[in-house]
Amino acid sequence: MASETVSAAPPRRLSNAYQNWYRFSRNPTAVIGAAIVILSILAAILAPWITPHPDHVGAVVNFRARHLSPSAEYWFGTDNVGRDIFTRVIFGLRISLLLALVVLGTAIPIGVTLGLLAGYFGGWVEIVIMRLTDVALAIPPLVMALAVAAVLSPDLINSMLAIAALWWTWHTRLIYSITRQLRTQEFVEAAETLGASKFHILFREILPNCVSALAVKTSLDCGFVILVGASLSFLGLGIQPPTPDLGTMVASGSAFLPDYWWESVLPGCAILFVALGFNLLGDGLRDLFDVQEVR
Amino acid sequence: MSAMLEIVRLSKHFPVRNGFGRQTGEVRAVDDVSFSIEKGKVYGLAGESGSGKSTIARMIMGLTRPTSGDILLDGRNITGDTGTRAYGRKVQMVFQNPGSSLNPRRTVGQSIAVPLDAHGHPRSDRTRRIVELLEMVQLPAEFASRYPHELSGGQKQRVAIARALAVVPQLIVLDEPTSALDVSVQAKVMDLLVDLGRQLELTFLFISHDLSLMRNFAQQVGVLYLGKIVETGPTATVFENPQHDYTRLLLASVPVISAEEAAMRPVIPLIDGEIPTAEQLLALRNAGGPDSQRIEQ
Amino acid sequence: MNDALLSVRNLSVSFSTYGQTAEVLKDVSLDVPARSQIALVGESGSGKTVTMKAIMGLLHHPPATITGGQIFYDGRDLLTMPARERLKLRGTAMSMVFQDPMSSLNPVFTIGDQMGTILKYADRRLGRSRGKVERMARVHEVLGQVRMRDPERVTRSYPIMLSGGMRQRVLIAMALLSEPKLLIADEPGTALDVTTQAQILKLLKDLVEERGLALMMITHNLGVVRETSSYVYVMNKGVVVEHRPTAELFASPADPYTKALIGAVPRLTGGSGFGRAGAAA
Repeated sequence: MASETVSAAPPRRLSNAYQNWYRFSRNPTAVIGAAIVILSILAAILAPWITPHPDHVGAVVNFRARHLSPSAEYWFGTDNVGRDIFTRVIFGLRISLLLALVVLGTAIPIGVTLGLLAGYFGGWVEIVIMRLTDVALAIPPLVMALAVAAVLSPDLINSMLAIAALWWTWHTRLIYSITRQLRTQEFVEAAETLGASKFHILFREILPNCVSALAVKTSLDCGFVILVGASLSFLGLGIQPPTPDLGTMVASGSAFLPDYWWESVLPGCAILFVALGFNLLGDGLRDLFDVQEVR
Repeated sequence: MSAMLEIVRLSKHFPVRNGFGRQTGEVRAVDDVSFSIEKGKVYGLAGESGSGKSTIARMIMGLTRPTSGDILLDGRNITGDTGTRAYGRKVQMVFQNPGSSLNPRRTVGQSIAVPLDAHGHPRSDRTRRIVELLEMVQLPAEFASRYPHELSGGQKQRVAIARALAVVPQLIVLDEPTSALDVSVQAKVMDLLVDLGRQLELTFLFISHDLSLMRNFAQQVGVLYLGKIVETGPTATVFENPQHDYTRLLLASVPVISAEEAAMRPVIPLIDGEIPTAEQLLALRNAGGPDSQRIEQ
Repeated sequence: MNDALLSVRNLSVSFSTYGQTAEVLKDVSLDVPARSQIALVGESGSGKTVTMKAIMGLLHHPPATITGGQIFYDGRDLLTMPARERLKLRGTAMSMVFQDPMSSLNPVFTIGDQMGTILKYADRRLGRSRGKVERMARVHEVLGQVRMRDPERVTRSYPIMLSGGMRQRVLIAMALLSEPKLLIADEPGTALDVTTQAQILKLLKDLVEERGLALMMITHNLGVVRETSSYVYVMNKGVVVEHRPTAELFASPADPYTKALIGAVPRLTGGSGFGRAGAAA
């Protein structure tokens, strides 16, 4: 009867949203993470209006201002052709976040559906899906992206496809394990005895119970996808110049280390900042939802 | 009077497999069980864990396939077509734990809407019907937008009952519907079930380990032990004059609150100063030892 | 103070959650004289478990705060004594019998290991020491006291190998290891079948009588109260609403809540029907 201590307190007057907000606001990690993520997204969306030199995104050349160190005018300094690095970093966030959005936007629906099917139906459905997952998990995303880039052409779309083609496996595994636990729960059996369709049971009864674990996983994943995307750009497999991309900027700036350190270090810090934000948010959400280790 | 539900020689055997997946034996969870429930009556299945009472409920609900035997609903054999919608309309179930039989992420209204949608209830009428059902279980209409965790145990079980009533069933299987509730809440939920049964002419299969509760709710009772019905008959007769040793042991074990009740409990011989287990008692009886005289008293 | 073995005086406890504070125990007083069998009965939310936890020092702060009162054991206030002293009493002077025999035992150690460890730490707290062989002898002795037929085999078993009733006996044996004077039983047997529960209750009753222990039974089941206690405290919403000898309580309950509670219990003799449940809760 441990529940009696809880029922003795008056929780009924507090709304769901308030309770969640209260717990969230008491969790510094989650709040900092959320702030970083929101700030990054806003910056990316508003980039043309908030950056000091929006025209530096393209193939602008201003040799008189090349390799300037960080100053009041150029916060992050300038690069080898005299473009403002701060402006290009903010625009670079767009590519990173787009990558995360596209990869996870493709991987999650596929991964979740397969996980639900494998977990609920079991039998040969489970065997086929889960073995396929095992095979896909054995291939590192970076290697896959390199292979795809070698066969097709090294551009952003192909890199995204390559990462998405492997990323769903993590979601399949996660949703599969949750679904297997939920399958024998009474509320699922109750829905069965009430005559609910399989579609209803999978997407209306089971899926809502996966949402918290999925939210944690997704925010952690955003960080990872951005890192993988940056690695690909660094290797020259991502977006092609002159469009600004954080990974590409680190790569091209590294040629001028250590003298003009800001050209690679500051874009690198931007990657760190965004990835850290998503990871903090993910950890915070995990504490909030109290879900078990998802990775 | 005709039978609403007829169970004929129903069995469920589960295979026991060794580490290599080879079948090495079987567990007879339900073994040749037969009983019938008349329209509008309550039949109680009493038994402890492992007696097979939940397996019987699952077979009636179509969640488990019987090994052999037949289940007749209103004269129609439904053993083959369990799980189909026409069938689901007639038989509904209220589960033991309302905390886990309601989806925590769906509102009360959404939960009650599940059977309505599944059985083609017109969408335009859905809200009205949900309010009507909540009214039937004496809950205010605004509960439709609440989540299960905002409800007390008794309120949750009322929602589960409303959900079971949604498609106007004829038979309701009650699997320990109040065992998770406080005694004062239990009394009110049982009150509600009695009223609803009378108003809607429902037939109940009442599964419970609580004999005192059964005495007050079921007209007929069957005592299950290791998958078999060892004794069956009108509740008053079985309780006042139990014939089988296991029934006697069960009755003797019930904690009671009055001297009259205590006097009604059969006297069970102690073995080494302890109350015997069911196996010990039955073994003693079969051996026909000197103590068997005392069991007779 | 009076001469009760355990005496709770005006205990108040509050819980803080989501920035709100709720008083879950209000001025609770109760006495457990030596060699007595008392029951603390209430429904969920009554505060009986909080009372038990406060006595055993198992309340977590936060969210719980003891806002007032004393808990005397043998004339000494548990709430003001040094933590070390209090730890010494726990499991030795007073012991708990837990409700759930499965989750209270660690599945990866044998019964002998677990009981041996408990005894070792109890000895250490009391500044005693005994060898492994002596410890096992004591474990076997206690298992015999709870009528385990083959203590040797039980000590070598893992919890999963025992039936629910056997596990509950092991929990009782664990509570008896250091010869406490007071047993606090939290709904023993509720997780078990009726027949097994009856055996466990009889065993507990026999044990406290033959060993001269005091028993404090925490339960929601009025039948269990009548079978195991001679004096009863009825709790509702954090308050003791009525306390008197058990037989008297059932014969003529005075408080309206108690009356309603007793009225709500279905009778084995039938005829109580439903509909007279009354105003409880």
